[in-house]
Amino acid sequence: MIRRRWFAGALFGALALALTFLTLPVVAIFVEATPGELVGSLDEPGVLDALWLSLRTTLTALLIIIVVGTPAAYLLATRRFRGRELVITLVELPLLLPPAVAGVGLLATLGPAGLIGGAIEDAGIQIVFETVAVVIALTFVAAPFFLRSAQAAFASVDRTWLEASRTLGSSEARTFLRVAVPAASPGLLAGLALAWGRALGEFGATLIFAGSFRGRTQTAPLAIYERLGTDFTAALALSAALVAASAALLLSVKLLSGLRTADAAY
Amino acid sequence: MLRIEARTTLRHFELEAELEAPAGTCVALAGPSGAGKSTLLRIAAGLLRPEHGRVTCGDEVWLDTASGRELAPEQRACGYVFQDYALFGHLRAWQNVAYGLRRLPRAQRRSRAQELLEQFGIGDLAEARPATLSGGERQRVALARALAPQPRALLLDEPLSALDARTRASASRELATVLRDAGVPALLVTHDFMEAAVLGDRVAVIDAGRIVQQGSAGDLAAAPASAFVADFTGAVVLTGMAREGPDGTTLVDLDGGGVATSTDRRTGRVALSVHPWEIALEPAGAYSEGSAQNRLEAEVVTVTAIGNRVRVGLSAPQPLVAEVTGAAVGGLHLEAGVRVAATWKATATRLVSL
Repeated sequence: MIRRRWFAGALFGALALALTFLTLPVVAIFVEATPGELVGSLDEPGVLDALWLSLRTTLTALLIIIVVGTPAAYLLATRRFRGRELVITLVELPLLLPPAVAGVGLLATLGPAGLIGGAIEDAGIQIVFETVAVVIALTFVAAPFFLRSAQAAFASVDRTWLEASRTLGSSEARTFLRVAVPAASPGLLAGLALAWGRALGEFGATLIFAGSFRGRTQTAPLAIYERLGTDFTAALALSAALVAASAALLLSVKLLSGLRTADAAY
Repeated sequence: MLRIEARTTLRHFELEAELEAPAGTCVALAGPSGAGKSTLLRIAAGLLRPEHGRVTCGDEVWLDTASGRELAPEQRACGYVFQDYALFGHLRAWQNVAYGLRRLPRAQRRSRAQELLEQFGIGDLAEARPATLSGGERQRVALARALAPQPRALLLDEPLSALDARTRASASRELATVLRDAGVPALLVTHDFMEAAVLGDRVAVIDAGRIVQQGSAGDLAAAPASAFVADFTGAVVLTGMAREGPDGTTLVDLDGGGVATSTDRRTGRVALSVHPWEIALEPAGAYSEGSAQNRLEAEVVTVTAIGNRVRVGLSAPQPLVAEVTGAAVGGLHLEAGVRVAATWKATATRLVSL
């Protein structure tokens, strides 16, 4: 009895330690400055700009990921072909790539002296250190998160549903839009939330590939880094905004995966 | 008329089959699991392309590998009822039915779907999601959905196997009516000979990718072309009307004449089944003192040796088959044309409601 109580105590202790360690920094962001100060510093020049840029670039990246990633994931989930496993591995590789490496890789590809960057620059298109570079960096690091969940979501759609749709007069394209996508939507949305979370927090690849220019390539995480030494309250305000966004995303993922398990029970 | 010819390599054997279903009739494709039944159905629907094959429906060519013509499944207009019904889980019952109603203007789709669900007696479940429906209700939604686009042929893959035993009898009765009323060629796959006998106007037995025999269920049971068909058909199946008999028994007035007794309690239309080895043969006209309550006079049609048994096909108002020993064949002088009496016990007689 005593032995068991000792062990239960150890378990609770471990959880309490983990909880404190993981939540304290988040709590500190909101405690270090008064709410008034936080809201006030959002007015500082560049702070709102950074949040606005983060919103615009992440949403653009998400749009690209949805439009290209959804059909690609559907293909990977529903067809068997030679080299499929290799393709899946290659597509998921950026998940494990350090962000700095991603940034260097993008520079080596699209930079002025890069693999195809020279040709693009000759065509008069400027990428590096422009907003478009931010979008490219975000798409690169976030897409694998979506592809992974979307592929799993499509794979779990009953194949006979797709066949039933065909025998009911729907083409493959209509079957994709009317049956596969709606049936996989909880998993697709969860993947989207994960990708968005990853894109919002992106720092290393963006800094290396796009730089940190206010209003052009300085997203919220980069703005936080720049203000650390000069305006800590503004850094706190930006952090608080990102915490709120992350919490909202986490909550929606939880809700959606709850929906998905409810569906799977059928 | 739906016509399928296919030759293709499956995992364990070569599928090589030809099958015809005239308009308004249901051909039951029966055979053990893995015999290639569903494969043939999928070929008909266009969900699978055989190495060589030709599928025609009326004057339309759906597939002809020789000329390279192949219509996609959505161009073939055949209603397909899947084994587990494959209802779209994210859509309501009426939306499932309306899914194939694309020829109708959008505004009419809902009322047409509602109408069909009402025909199947589940109009009040139009708003329900498939997950909340019972097996029998799902089957009706699946049938309504398959019939909604007015298909030119109906393909059914084990349509009763997902149901529990209690629902199956009533579902089978309804399905028989639906198939009769649909007026299009129907091809139904089942691993249960009894089900094939009840639902199919004709039965085709398939084994290891080849159709080994076709005919009415009675013909197949009475004159199996091979030991496999004999084993697969198993029981003799007769149909008739059941009424209450003495001492808690049931009397069945057999279609075409004759009365049989069973200890199963049923009323109304029934299928009666008895195993061939339960049926004894004796000379016609000579009443024995045995305990068998059932006795039908019949003429011997075929005598087939299967191992150490002899299968005797009999022509009564409905075909019968008995399995006896070689000695009995000699004793009774069994050969085609001889008249005998088939007898069996009421306790060996199973009844299934139709």
